[in-house]
Amino acid sequence: MWNSSFYDYLVSEHPGLLPQKELNNSEVSSVNREMLKNVPHGTTVLALKYKDGVIIAGDRRATEGYQISARRVEKVYRCDDYSAIAISGAAGACIEMAKLLQVELEHYEKLEGVTLTTEGKANKLSQMIKANLPLAMQGLIVIPIFAGYDLNKQEGRIYKYDVTGGRYEETDYYATGSGGKDARSTLKKFFSPGMTEDKGIQLALESLYDAAEEDVGTAGPDLVRGIYPTVKVIKKTGIEDVDSVTIETVYKRLIGDKQKSAKKER
Amino acid sequence: MPLPYYVSPEQMMQDKAEYAQKGISKGRSTIVMEYEDGILFFADNPSASLNKISEVYDRIAFAGAGKYSEFESLRKAGIRHADLKGYAYSRDDVSAKSLANAYSQSMGTMFSQEIKPLEVEILVAEVHDGSGANEIYRILYDGNICDEKGYAVIGGKSEAVKVFLKDKYRAGMNLKESLKLSVEALESTVKTKLEKENMEVAVLDRGRNGRKFRRIKIDELITLLS
Repeated sequence: MWNSSFYDYLVSEHPGLLPQKELNNSEVSSVNREMLKNVPHGTTVLALKYKDGVIIAGDRRATEGYQISARRVEKVYRCDDYSAIAISGAAGACIEMAKLLQVELEHYEKLEGVTLTTEGKANKLSQMIKANLPLAMQGLIVIPIFAGYDLNKQEGRIYKYDVTGGRYEETDYYATGSGGKDARSTLKKFFSPGMTEDKGIQLALESLYDAAEEDVGTAGPDLVRGIYPTVKVIKKTGIEDVDSVTIETVYKRLIGDKQKSAKKER
Repeated sequence: MPLPYYVSPEQMMQDKAEYAQKGISKGRSTIVMEYEDGILFFADNPSASLNKISEVYDRIAFAGAGKYSEFESLRKAGIRHADLKGYAYSRDDVSAKSLANAYSQSMGTMFSQEIKPLEVEILVAEVHDGSGANEIYRILYDGNICDEKGYAVIGGKSEAVKVFLKDKYRAGMNLKESLKLSVEALESTVKTKLEKENMEVAVLDRGRNGRKFRRIKIDELITLLS
């Protein structure tokens, strides 16, 4: 008998469509492993809680080794009305996993007539990451952050993962990817529980800015091309994109402040 | 060893068809009707959780009549078909036509090969943005497929409902008008008032972004019918 999982359906009926493909031994030579390292990688993503829910954000850069492979890559994906996934790691596998999770949640909702709980969604993602372990061993690592608004508990929730599919709930904030550590430092310094939405967005953007200053893989705001990080807000009324005009304004003010303090120092 | 009785193929098919029709007409009717902003689905359904109407994909919805367990498994198979196609190709590549054809194939095979035919009749409808025409397909228990325009009725006394709608339906009604007409049409065959709690109503609303399917809950229904 079928269950309501699209993922399980793919596993049993159409394994060729799954994101992960196990490579055989001859394909995993050291030369090929080097090649896998040079596929596009996504860099810094983060999530933090605020008064009414959770904010999830990511920069827009993808790198291939020491080269920039894309400036406009999207790393924060809406999963359904109340959750989003932000991805870092091998971009191809990450994007496919995000897409599969979207279909998975919608599929369940249509078959069962109800949506999964936030916990249930996070758990399903954990199984997908676990299934990616063979590829991760060969260098194609997928490390997402999952954030959602829990309608039962009436609060935002943040989950981080490890490469084996381990799932850990964070109470306040988290950042991962190549600049994750730097973003976390800023979050740690300035995070306070119960921030307003504006304050939360500002903190998310400042953390990404600081990560971009320290980490070569992370992009800062690109004022020339007008490319800014993606920010989404998830609250009781659902998920919303923060528009680029708001983000641009926050960054212009942030950069202005930094210029002023730099002048004073001189 | 006694010889098995010989039954002519005509007789066998006719018996199966009669059996299936009898099963389908036992239930209550479901109406699908085009209106100004999309497609309305209306069913008389005393159960709040066992649905006759369901979302299938962004622009596609499903309605079933007859035996619940049978059209429920068809519904699930349809959602799997659509989700798989949308995942493997693109969301825009999922069409009601391909889904209706897949239903027609599998229902036709079941009718000719299984001893017990399916006692179901289903509708697959797709709403189109802008200038494109909506599509409504009715698929019968034997896999026969009909392309319907304006409105379609399945299950119960569907012929009587169709006759009622034939004179009263006109293109371009708004949601309120088409909903009222659907209520009248079903009431005309059952000769009793329908309870609002027993109405299952949903629309494929052209104006929505992404997923066009929306259920109309009891509060909204009361306002629409007042």
